[in-house]
Amino acid sequence: MTTTQVPLVDYLALGAQPHLVANECTSCGARYFDRRNACASCFATEFKKVDIATEGEVRSFTIVTFAAPGVPVPFVAAIVDCGGTSVRGNVINCDPTPEKVTLGMKVRLATYSLGNDDNGAEAIGFGFEPIA
Amino acid sequence: MASDDIYILGIYMTKFGKYPDRDTVDLAAEAVMAALADGGVTMKDMGILAAGCLMGQGGIGQQIQKQVGQTGIPVYNVSNACATGATALRTAIMAIKAGECDMGLAVGVEKLAGVGLLGASSAPKGAGKEWKATGRYGSVANTDGLIGTNNMPGTFAQVGMEYGHKYGGATFELFAKISEKNHAHSTLNPLAAYNKRMTLDEIMNDIMIAYPNTRPMCSANCDGAAAAVVVSGKKLKTLSLEQQRRAIKVSASILTSDPYQEACQVLPDVNTLTRIAATQAYEQAGVSPSDLDLVELHDCFATAELVHYDNLMLCEEGGAVDFFNSGATWRDGKTPVNVSGGLESKGHPIAATGIANIWEVCHHLRGEAGPRQIEGAKVGLAHVIGLGSACGVHILEKSAL
Repeated sequence: MTTTQVPLVDYLALGAQPHLVANECTSCGARYFDRRNACASCFATEFKKVDIATEGEVRSFTIVTFAAPGVPVPFVAAIVDCGGTSVRGNVINCDPTPEKVTLGMKVRLATYSLGNDDNGAEAIGFGFEPIA
Repeated sequence: MASDDIYILGIYMTKFGKYPDRDTVDLAAEAVMAALADGGVTMKDMGILAAGCLMGQGGIGQQIQKQVGQTGIPVYNVSNACATGATALRTAIMAIKAGECDMGLAVGVEKLAGVGLLGASSAPKGAGKEWKATGRYGSVANTDGLIGTNNMPGTFAQVGMEYGHKYGGATFELFAKISEKNHAHSTLNPLAAYNKRMTLDEIMNDIMIAYPNTRPMCSANCDGAAAAVVVSGKKLKTLSLEQQRRAIKVSASILTSDPYQEACQVLPDVNTLTRIAATQAYEQAGVSPSDLDLVELHDCFATAELVHYDNLMLCEEGGAVDFFNSGATWRDGKTPVNVSGGLESKGHPIAATGIANIWEVCHHLRGEAGPRQIEGAKVGLAHVIGLGSACGVHILEKSAL
């Protein structure tokens, strides 16, 4: 029996090569991970789906050690420049310390299991891991 | 004084801190009564009331009227994140500029003592019975902590770190030194929620909230209110010489929102809208950054203060680290920044902040700031950022009388 997998968010495409998908404005190229009625940049109304590069560079990060109840800490929240598209995600598979996480570090998209629900469906999350 | 100029006639801030026995209406009423008294006017003179209380249930303006005077004037209850106070002030200013009245009142109040982490989502959606996609991103679980952070310390930490990535030099120690400055400044401000000097070691070794922001590098949640009476130049001419002498000219009143930037969907851009607001404000006031005798800027976190040196053009583009390290922003420096102690020590009762920072600047321009007076201050700037985003910039000038 194969387990059904569901992505943590709908802009995460699972499969052999997991990647993020954005709605790209066909007029100016601005990219959005959610739906827009018109492009926030140029007001055009046509969008197409585009795959986001799975490798990138950490442009900013913070190590969160104090969060809402139920949110496990510490974790590294980061902004990753994936070939010109800024992506928000955690840095994972890496010690959450300023010695290990650095500005400009090269990372790639990685997925992990968030566990199964009562129907046996497995949720899959994503983060960015250092490229060794 | 030109007839179409706008002046602050009276202004007041409560001491910021904890008021377990007083509600938002009590605090706002204290601020309103004192601002009216400071201006030598009463509610009868007011043609508009603009009020904000971000965490309140709405209708704060009318509740305040019932406490201090119900005259039937238009009330605007405004909400614009941390720029709520500045928005209320600007609303009153716009009513006067539009010729609808010649005097108006703006008030901001908040009760935040003990509220805890702002921005953090409550009750995370855990591994429930069924992974079900909901919301704009079709998420099957609460994404706070899984896909970055929603909380304010972490968000603004990234704002500062991004600046460091772009220009270099923005170390943990550098950010902590900014906080050290503001806590040192706060020792002279009896209205600050916290006015204890802290050493660099104490700041760096305090509880880490979101690297590189430790607890004293975060704005202090507290209670407080601030209110301002604004008047047209035409009306001010009919008032007493003493009122005219203490009136502070509003040389620029600007409000902006964040224009589209590539990364703004993943990290709020607090830079572009501040730079635009500052540019417009300097132009409107006919003032340049080098003319400023003091600046109160939105140091909701130590990491935010750094980027706003640059955004407000107090330094060369990319030069905020060197600018700070030169000592320029200490109270005896070239451009004193946050001599009130800033949000990190004065406190940040959200809707009050955008008027309280104007109060601080006015206090110096009137020469009434006592031991923390910046000698001979003639021109000052007050800046706030509300995430989402909204930016208010006001430039204020001493009366020529």
